[in-house]
Amino acid sequence: MSDTKRVVELVEPFAGRPGELIQALHRVQSELGYVPSGSKQSVAEIVGVPPAEVHGVLTFYHFFRTEAPGQHTIRLCLGTACHVRGADRVLQALMDELKVGIGGTTEDGVFTLEGVRCLGACGLAPVMMVDEEVHGRLDPGKARSVVRDHRTARG
Amino acid sequence: MITLEIAGRQVQALPGQTILEAAEAAGIHIPTLCNLKGLTPRGACRLCLVEVTSWRGKVVPSCATVVEEGMTVVAHSARLRELRRTILELLFAERNHICSVCVSNGNCELQDLACELGMDHVRVPYRFPALGMDASHARYVVDHNRCVLCGRCVRACSEIEGAMTWGFAHRGVDTVVATDAGGPWVDSSTCTECGKCVEACPTGALLDKGTSVAEQVKDPEVVSRVTERRPRA
Repeated sequence: MSDTKRVVELVEPFAGRPGELIQALHRVQSELGYVPSGSKQSVAEIVGVPPAEVHGVLTFYHFFRTEAPGQHTIRLCLGTACHVRGADRVLQALMDELKVGIGGTTEDGVFTLEGVRCLGACGLAPVMMVDEEVHGRLDPGKARSVVRDHRTARG
Repeated sequence: MITLEIAGRQVQALPGQTILEAAEAAGIHIPTLCNLKGLTPRGACRLCLVEVTSWRGKVVPSCATVVEEGMTVVAHSARLRELRRTILELLFAERNHICSVCVSNGNCELQDLACELGMDHVRVPYRFPALGMDASHARYVVDHNRCVLCGRCVRACSEIEGAMTWGFAHRGVDTVVATDAGGPWVDSSTCTECGKCVEACPTGALLDKGTSVAEQVKDPEVVSRVTERRPRA
């Protein structure tokens, strides 16, 4: 089933409930990992809001993404403690290694890079998570090798 | 009737009226930008700030603050002048408001405010964002470089025309107005091509296609003319 068709099913419980637009979008994102850009019009029609509102909400909240994420999500903390310990240099290394910016997905669809604010492990700063795995006390070299290890480990 | 004092004068107002409405009715001028008669006040631009002495000098947007019996309002002071001027400078610095090459040069509310408030220079660095424009529509153009995000187009579209084509997209410094799901204007399925957004826009952000420098003349009062003939419920 195409993702757009699946969206229609997922949003159906919110039909005619404009006040629950955000909950409807959350449901789509938690099931599909993203809200397909092409589904904004259908969501608007079902929930009962103007398409401009769906577009506005999707682009306003950083949580929502409109492109399919990669197989693995790298969440690099850009919060205060990590920033002070050099998260900006780690970010640059990851962007160079993956050839994507924040929010981007690698060409092979393996990694999505996200910048987040605090993973609650400031003592390990700078920190990133690869899916559920935490990697702390990073430096640019260490961050690169984590990415390479993942590539080789998972083929 | 409510009696209050604005700019040292005794003013009468109806319950529910805003300070701005009461001031204008009494012939007291307060600078505005995002406010447009006939549309819901939004309090977005903060240029209409006034000091309410009876609220210990609190600074409030007069367009969105309802009058109170016995209220004392300062409409013009050194403090307000500095606040308004700073806000205006930030607006100019935020996008590419280059009057000399703008369709609205000479007919622009932002430009008029700069003259009125004596904004002879801008004290913060210009951001010069690389924003695009959408000229896909046959009759109208949106140039995000000139947009001040007052939301007058968004409100005119939803409150007067009922089309709800315009909305805000993205956030913070990246905020832009957008049609429908963010695609080109020409692809909008809700736009009725009524043109009220263009008339309501205070700057050269929304324009009639084919206008050149200083040629765009707008009629924002179309909004209040329509609402007066067709009262809202």
